[in-house]
Amino acid sequence: MVTEHTSAAHGVRIATSNPSLANRWDHFLARWAVNRSGHRVEPGLYALGTPTADSPVFVTANYTLSFDALREALRGMDGYILVLDTKGINVWCAAGKGTFGTAELVRQIGATDLGGIVDHRVLILPQLGAAGVAAHHVKKRSGFKVEYGPVRAEDLPQYLKAGRATTEMRRVTFNLRERLVLIPVELVHALLPTFFAALVLFLLAGRLAALGATVSVLAGVVILPILLPWLPTTDFGSKGFILGSVAALPFALAALYNAVDLSPAMRAGWAATYLLAMPPVTAYLALNFTGSTPITSKSGVKREMKAYVPVMATLFALGALAIVVLLATPRLGVA
Amino acid sequence: MTGLSPINTLEYDIELCTGCGMCSIVCPHGVFEQTDHTALAVNPDACIECGACQLNCPTGAIRVDSGVGCAAALIRAAVVGADKVSCDPEDSSCCSVSG
Repeated sequence: MVTEHTSAAHGVRIATSNPSLANRWDHFLARWAVNRSGHRVEPGLYALGTPTADSPVFVTANYTLSFDALREALRGMDGYILVLDTKGINVWCAAGKGTFGTAELVRQIGATDLGGIVDHRVLILPQLGAAGVAAHHVKKRSGFKVEYGPVRAEDLPQYLKAGRATTEMRRVTFNLRERLVLIPVELVHALLPTFFAALVLFLLAGRLAALGATVSVLAGVVILPILLPWLPTTDFGSKGFILGSVAALPFALAALYNAVDLSPAMRAGWAATYLLAMPPVTAYLALNFTGSTPITSKSGVKREMKAYVPVMATLFALGALAIVVLLATPRLGVA
Repeated sequence: MTGLSPINTLEYDIELCTGCGMCSIVCPHGVFEQTDHTALAVNPDACIECGACQLNCPTGAIRVDSGVGCAAALIRAAVVGADKVSCDPEDSSCCSVSG
């Protein structure tokens, strides 16, 4: 969805600091992964308030959540917003890809005739855009000096007042609120495969098995993001294994003590199956969550994959094999 | 250039540093700290290899094998044999943060 902005003179669009109800609805849909790459703002130059040739210029991505966070943070101020075409991707990820980058910034400066609209030669960029922009190259190619503002748009008023960012403003955080907003997208992506796995298990092995599959997924996509800093290890794979094992424990106990119509050997078999198959599912989802965080490095994730993926695959294969054997056993009349 | 940390690929040649201060400004994890005349790598283990310092260092004093710390992207790159690891917003929430 492209937000509503009426055209003004010189091709400069108008922006306000008051996102509409439609904007809020768009944010909600973006958070729930509906039409992932469709939350776009038209790239180009926007006027906020009544800017003059001396007003500051802020640069952002053409993702609605990025653009709206910026214009809301600048409430009551006059300035320009230069929106780069990042294909509807946020600043941090687009910088990583290079679409929020030197080339696109220089291109937009030229396309919007920014040099003819403002008298100064300063651009304020979000700090996280620095992974895609080389400030000294922008200066050389466009004459504009890049100043990196704070990581979060909400700190902009204080940054502008002080003329500099505090150490705190320069640090990326991953607090509970920042982790919670990611959960819906993780949930949506896990929904369909989990539903089918649970359905198959329900038909073949019953309610408890279907519930086990669902719980191992929910542990990975909901509980893990919430408990992340409090799980007692440093890497994501082991955090996932710990959480998955805790989640599997009640299922193992239920299989041992509640399935009274089965032989002791069968009950022990099912208990072992939960302990084998559930932890690797949670651990795999935990490893996948690395990409949603601003705290993991490529080296670190590679190291984790090398360490944990073989363990995950082995345990899960053993668990799946155990299910097949357990389901086949009564029919062979062994039990 | 010498490696600074056993857990990442960050390298820094302090001899090339002109003290412009860009690395300590762009780093989101406080790896670099600006002193009077040079930058010091005070917390190299915290580096997440985003590459911002290398890109914004005008003298090439910093080197890092940058990329995304995302298992889904690394798996996809391994599967399709891509040489450059990138994120796919359709695939995971990695590209949904509002930053």
